[in-house]
Amino acid sequence: MPKRTDIKKIMLIGSGPIVIGQACEFDYSGTQALKALKEEGYEVVLVNSNPASIMTDPELADRTYIEPIEPETVARIIEKERPDALLPTLGGQTGLNTALAVAEMGVLDRFNVELIGANIEAINKAESREEFRAAMENIGLAVAESGICRSMDDVRHWGQVIPFPIIVRPAYTLGGSGGGVAYNMEELEEICANGLALSMKREIMLERSILGWKEYELEVMRDRKDNCVIICSIENLDPMGVHTGDSVTVAPAQTLTDDEYQKMRNASLAIMREIGVETGGSNVQFAINPENGEMIVIEMNPRVSRSSALASKATGFPIAKIAAKLAVGYTLDEIPNDITRETMASFEPAIDYCVIKIPRFTFEKFPGSEDYLTTAMKSVGETMAIGRTFKEALQKGLRSLETGHIGLGKRFEACDVDKNEILRLLRRPNSQRIYALRNALRCGMSVEEVFEATAIDPWFLRQIEDILTMERSLIEFGLKQGVDAASEGMAEMLRTAKEYGYSDAQLAAMWRTSEDAIRTMRKELGIIPTYYLVDTCAAEFEAYTPYYYSTYETGVENVRDDVKKIVILGGGPNRIGQGIEFDYCCCHSSFTLKEMGVQSIMVNSNPETVSTDYDTSDKLYFEPLTFEDVMNILDFEKPDGVIVQFGGQTPLNLALRLMRAGVPLIGTSPDAIDRAEDRERFKQFLNKLNLKQPPNGTAMSMTEAKEIAQGLGFPLVLRPSYVLGGRGMDIVYCMDEFEAYFRDSARVSPEHPTLIDKFLEYAIEVDVDALADGEDVYIGGVMEHIEEAGIHSGDSASVLPPYSLSAEVIRDIERQTVAMARELGVVGLMNVQFAVKDGEVYIIEVNPRASRTVPFVSKATGVPLAKLATRVMLGEKLKDLKPWAMRKKGHISVKESVFPFNRFPNVDVLLGPEMRSTGEVMGIDPSFGLAYMKAQLAAGQKLPTSGTVFISVNDWDKAKLVLAARDFADMGFRVMATGGTADYFMEKGVPVTKVNKVHEGQRPHVVDHIKNGEIDLVINTPSGKKTVGDARIIRQNTLLYNIPYTTTVSGARAIAQAILEMRQTGLKVESLQTYYGG
Amino acid sequence: MKAILALEDGTIFRGSSFTGQGEASGEVIFNTGMTGYQEILTDPSYTGQMVVMAYPLIGNYGVNPEDVESARVQAAAFIVKECCKTPSNWRSTMSLPDYLAQAGVMGIEGIDTRALTRHLRIHGAQRGFMATGNVSPDELVDRARAIESMEGLNLADRVSCDKPYTWDGTRPVFIDDLKDFAWQGTGPRLVVYDFGIKWNILRLLADQGFDMLVVPSCYSAAQVRELGPDAVFLSNGPGDPAAVTTAVAATRELAADLPLAGICLGHQILGLAMGGTTYKLKFGHHGCNHPVIDLQTEKIEISSQNHGFCVGIEGLNFLEPTHMNLNDRTLEGFRHREKPMLAIQHHPEAGPGPHDSRYFFPRFRDMVRDSTGK
Repeated sequence: MPKRTDIKKIMLIGSGPIVIGQACEFDYSGTQALKALKEEGYEVVLVNSNPASIMTDPELADRTYIEPIEPETVARIIEKERPDALLPTLGGQTGLNTALAVAEMGVLDRFNVELIGANIEAINKAESREEFRAAMENIGLAVAESGICRSMDDVRHWGQVIPFPIIVRPAYTLGGSGGGVAYNMEELEEICANGLALSMKREIMLERSILGWKEYELEVMRDRKDNCVIICSIENLDPMGVHTGDSVTVAPAQTLTDDEYQKMRNASLAIMREIGVETGGSNVQFAINPENGEMIVIEMNPRVSRSSALASKATGFPIAKIAAKLAVGYTLDEIPNDITRETMASFEPAIDYCVIKIPRFTFEKFPGSEDYLTTAMKSVGETMAIGRTFKEALQKGLRSLETGHIGLGKRFEACDVDKNEILRLLRRPNSQRIYALRNALRCGMSVEEVFEATAIDPWFLRQIEDILTMERSLIEFGLKQGVDAASEGMAEMLRTAKEYGYSDAQLAAMWRTSEDAIRTMRKELGIIPTYYLVDTCAAEFEAYTPYYYSTYETGVENVRDDVKKIVILGGGPNRIGQGIEFDYCCCHSSFTLKEMGVQSIMVNSNPETVSTDYDTSDKLYFEPLTFEDVMNILDFEKPDGVIVQFGGQTPLNLALRLMRAGVPLIGTSPDAIDRAEDRERFKQFLNKLNLKQPPNGTAMSMTEAKEIAQGLGFPLVLRPSYVLGGRGMDIVYCMDEFEAYFRDSARVSPEHPTLIDKFLEYAIEVDVDALADGEDVYIGGVMEHIEEAGIHSGDSASVLPPYSLSAEVIRDIERQTVAMARELGVVGLMNVQFAVKDGEVYIIEVNPRASRTVPFVSKATGVPLAKLATRVMLGEKLKDLKPWAMRKKGHISVKESVFPFNRFPNVDVLLGPEMRSTGEVMGIDPSFGLAYMKAQLAAGQKLPTSGTVFISVNDWDKAKLVLAARDFADMGFRVMATGGTADYFMEKGVPVTKVNKVHEGQRPHVVDHIKNGEIDLVINTPSGKKTVGDARIIRQNTLLYNIPYTTTVSGARAIAQAILEMRQTGLKVESLQTYYGG
Repeated sequence: MKAILALEDGTIFRGSSFTGQGEASGEVIFNTGMTGYQEILTDPSYTGQMVVMAYPLIGNYGVNPEDVESARVQAAAFIVKECCKTPSNWRSTMSLPDYLAQAGVMGIEGIDTRALTRHLRIHGAQRGFMATGNVSPDELVDRARAIESMEGLNLADRVSCDKPYTWDGTRPVFIDDLKDFAWQGTGPRLVVYDFGIKWNILRLLADQGFDMLVVPSCYSAAQVRELGPDAVFLSNGPGDPAAVTTAVAATRELAADLPLAGICLGHQILGLAMGGTTYKLKFGHHGCNHPVIDLQTEKIEISSQNHGFCVGIEGLNFLEPTHMNLNDRTLEGFRHREKPMLAIQHHPEAGPGPHDSRYFFPRFRDMVRDSTGK
């Protein structure tokens, strides 16, 4: 069947900001889909609020709406654009839910828009627990005993029917948020109250626990002629009970016989047909009882998912691209397989390697949260590794994580870990369990004992045991033979170690020598990796797509092309502080290299990204971003240049070592980077330019720290040197807090100096992205933060152009930026953070590299900074590139951050110097208020235009809030406040309703009002450093009941202005192309 | 224990035996299936072949008494990257190394099976010889060259049963003297030629309600007719179909008035009997992922494949192609335009592989019913 010609214009909904459970895999799938649809000649309309996505690049869709992904806005866009069809299955759960909501609003019917890919019935059948259950029974498949609850009474009823432990799964939430495992009625009620609140439909399912069963996933595709194929099978190392996004997973399935696998395959196909997903990709999850093989269907996603991105990267089969083509009418046998060229997409990939995905966690960012994994996803990123064996892939994956591990083990002396501690880590799933497995086996526990404690399949445990056995042989060999290339048997030993995935760094630790010594010896003995292809067919056909992984095997498949080539080092797994923004820069750099006719070579280990699409670069190496793995590639490729400034901190951390190894780094020199990062050198640098920074000092000891503190006076910002995303950073207001910081959070020593800055209270923070070619400097954008200085720049909202700074201050900021770029000799991008207090400009930080805001600035101004930076790094000049002429004006762009607080229920939502946001959204409008409103809406905060605003602020913020409180009152809001705040407002003539504080004991108190849905907006600023009493409870309930809130004065002011403008004009939607044109 | 695999073109692969001392020889072919090694090993179609598994981790789920396609290991040797010594699966009763060692079939691991697979893809299937111990690679190459070539080799007669048998649901029940045989069931009477039949074919034919008698490959048409069958089935099997001349002749005769169906080698024999040709593929089709289109329904099935030879029926207008391989457009099935005759090149019985093609068995059953009324 050829493609459909009755539809011309197709709308695609993206997944919005990066959140836990929905990351850049949907940028990857959406970008593929956009390209596929455009290739077929369709006009494509895109809605996505995430400026850091590749898919929102204006040249990808015909009309790009960077607007909130919520039903009313999407309805407005539909009304305006009148697409013929809406493709809802490529934008994650957000895209699917929004499509469903606009359909239910009648918008699709009204404007005659056809849902393609999956229809409403199919979506409902897969997403509604009740309907899904019925559907499964219909085709004779088993599901776990369960009951649907829509109220707490239902919960108590089913709690008595279903035996504990009971799994709680909310319907229609991302990554299963609000779910959990309850072992008793009390826990059940607690989890369910939260789950009901989070579920869009106030619906949760209680289910018989199948904890400890083996968990599997199959990726299925179907076309209009009912042809179905399985793209990939995935087996979870962590058994049932841990969300699959938080599990270590392996492809293909390892411990199923063909008979069992085919049963699962048949079931997947039957489910696809029964649910009625017409075309596209879906994933089905199964649990298998390890005792008797009993199979239970867990769930099915009628859309492209995180697992399909993983499956695509694991097999080379581009699921999203094919899904888009199927949606417009093609059948699988009509779509060629890019990789083999001679065969079609109607086949099932065969792989001849082992793929491991390992999640990346950031519990350390959320003090108060417990490192404990359940059915609600908590990881913020993932890494994938490919090896010829499980052992090789596991160790590659673990060193890709960048959590300080250089493989499965980093310490090789005798085991001295407490057995009880190990058992605790084994029994309760957590982010460190994989290392606990090693320690357990190292300390003499048997595979059977470890299995008893974890229910992890013994096959995986024995693989780890094999690694440990090899470890012992290696250590023994080192002791006996000596670590020398001339040692007898060294070559063979090294090769075996490499086949087991050991890194040079691990061998160095084992043999008490340096990594460089191992590397030199290894190369001398000719033990270097070969690069094998990911080819979808296990070498049965010739492959044309240059997608490689390293392995220590004998064949040779990789060819070094004799052309000009540049290697781009990517950012590795997503984490807080380093996410999709850096992947965006890497991709843009690669696109530009291709445009320039230079071979682009990408190195990355993150399966979610566009950069690891085999289509993005001329060559892709799916490899860990460690010195060893990168150098191996560089040794082979001998590139003309290597770019380290786009991938965030990961490649920058390698820069100095790479430079010392003689690697031709292009762009800003590592020395300039060091000059900006090293405290003392930076100070000298600023002095030379006669620029100001907040008074500061560097302490090597506690005594020194105290001296500096006394000299500077409180408040102070404290942080360890060289950190990412404000890790370990804090603001202290008095000596008690100062001492507590060193007691609880940080140590100080000559190896770990602490940086101490005077904290500028109520200063305005400003971010600048600039581009320099060594001569000229282009100011990409000056962004004024909404939240005051002291809140991590990645967490605050910011506005471009500035909305309150004077022209004079802006000019001063620009002048200083230019001076610094010139002095540092920046070639490429640079980011500067300033603080403005009383008209005085201070420099907080300079980073001569791509920043998190590059995609936002590029989208806001229409100047593709990363692309231009790439050209500049290759020698082109700004005066020829003329970025000034490209700049689009006439609109205001607001960037807002989104936070994962609903994943960590016991964590306070206050913002601070430690970054905790996972992603960002953008609002664009000619007016500031509406742009801010859109950004809030896109971030999930639906600001009210009437109702009750609750205000509770600390003493010194009261005066600053009177104006905003009056604005709310003038707009007809009921202003509600407790004690002191209420009194103060009344005194200032603002009409206010006084309510009881929680700890006052009188009912109803403020939290009662929140729970009763009587409060529409909460303004709550922190009272002192360690929050006590009401504030924290209020904030937690605000979060739980999903009430819009702000914790800063400036946020409150911006909200008031946004609501005011919203009431006057309402929201309008406009495409990026129109903003650029106008 | 160190071992060496030598190919006839002089290529050497070094690994280690996981079945102790030994040597083995045969045609080296690769299989891209990621599951189903036990079915593969026990499939008589692999007689004379040393099977390379492209997927590197083999033996993970051990072996069990159920997942067998014949009474013993049939492959000449097994070549893998990493063999699991301590398997994990609730049905597992033995490890793969023990299983092979018990069967006296050599297994070698530590082989770069991707490099080997690519080599076979580029240079074609080859004869190989492998051995443990201190052997000279050159000598092994010479011995590989001395092995008889698959082309022209009649292996079906070698692996076929010695005497007829019936199927009791799980195993063959041999019949010493046909005088003692009487058709037992009520279903249509089916004589099954055993050219090295996979048990899953028997299981699925039995599921269709056929009353079956399995006979050796050397049975003449007259011997078959004497049994009074309603239909005849030609099984899969190893080797070159053109060499199985007696069966081809018998088939030609039987086709005159009996409903016939064949799978794999049976398909090839039917093709030859009808005047078609067969030819050897460069490296064969062995795996679980080839797309095949059913030309009648235009639906695609993902098929289980295991053949080194293909059928050509060009110019035979009384035959209609029914299935085609979408990867290389080779013939995957045909039928007779007038007579009740069905043939399929791939493996609708799976074992291992997807079950997409299982409709073949009811289709065959329907054909028999339509033509015989039984």
